[in-house]
Amino acid sequence: MKMELIQPFINAADAVLAQGLQCSTSVGHLSMEEEAYRRHGVAAEIYLTGDIEGRIILDLAPETAVRVASHYAGAEVPESDDLVRETVCELANQITGNAVTALNDQGFHFRVHPPVLHTSEHGAKSSEDTEALVMSFETERGNMFMNIALRYNRRRQSERAAVVGQ
Amino acid sequence: MEQFGAVKRSKDGQPVRYLIVDDSVFARKNLARMVESFGGQVASEAGDGLTAITEYERTHPDIVLMDITMPQMEGIEAAEKIVRAHPEARIVMVSSVGYQENIVAALQRGARHFVQKPVKPEVLYEVIKYVLGEDGAVAGAASAGA
Repeated sequence: MKMELIQPFINAADAVLAQGLQCSTSVGHLSMEEEAYRRHGVAAEIYLTGDIEGRIILDLAPETAVRVASHYAGAEVPESDDLVRETVCELANQITGNAVTALNDQGFHFRVHPPVLHTSEHGAKSSEDTEALVMSFETERGNMFMNIALRYNRRRQSERAAVVGQ
Repeated sequence: MEQFGAVKRSKDGQPVRYLIVDDSVFARKNLARMVESFGGQVASEAGDGLTAITEYERTHPDIVLMDITMPQMEGIEAAEKIVRAHPEARIVMVSSVGYQENIVAALQRGARHFVQKPVKPEVLYEVIKYVLGEDGAVAGAASAGA
């Protein structure tokens, strides 16, 4: 997966989390995922279709998700509250939306699908044409994990090349 | 949260009434807190475009804050339908996807403005004052300026 696809997500996560949590963030661990995705806690998944296809998962340990939701709510939120899951979904939505906005400026066109909760313990294993990159963001409220698996849509690429070549 | 001068309706001095449309409860709560900090009142909420149309007909709010990516009916289509029936409707699109095509499409179909998520209260405050124009007044602004 090329860095040109990843960097907008890093920038967007940094901006969204720093503004929302009102603290500094830093990128911690960053690696290509060899095995199938394994959920840490509360995870939201967003699918992209268009010139680039794939999915983004934002995944927070349960105690981190509670701390983050409580921060946004301005009051303690119990782990069982739907607002905890809603918060993670909306953060995933904001990060993806901001990243896609930056990628659109580079000429890529997408459709962003609404976030869904990732409830199973595991996800699909990355494939040869859809490698998954895992990164963690370190914040005062705890670490947050982002798992990105994207690939260029070859059909859309060849259509674009044909238009440019005309 | 920062302190904002209350924005009231010029015609009767009453709070500005808002319809907040977003499929995320989290986002609706956040926006509700913001507009209440501006002295506004949440007339109703909706989680999709279809419900937004129904709620607009029922409550006739002064301003609609409308997300774009939603299930059932997306925000731009809902905005178009509301404005077609009510040309006076003031709709502000609020979305994390802020690329130009989206903004242009929303404005062409009748939205008055666009705010990108994460929403900064000070940005939304200025947009609301702009969209209300002469139909809105900041309480105490006249005497403060005198």
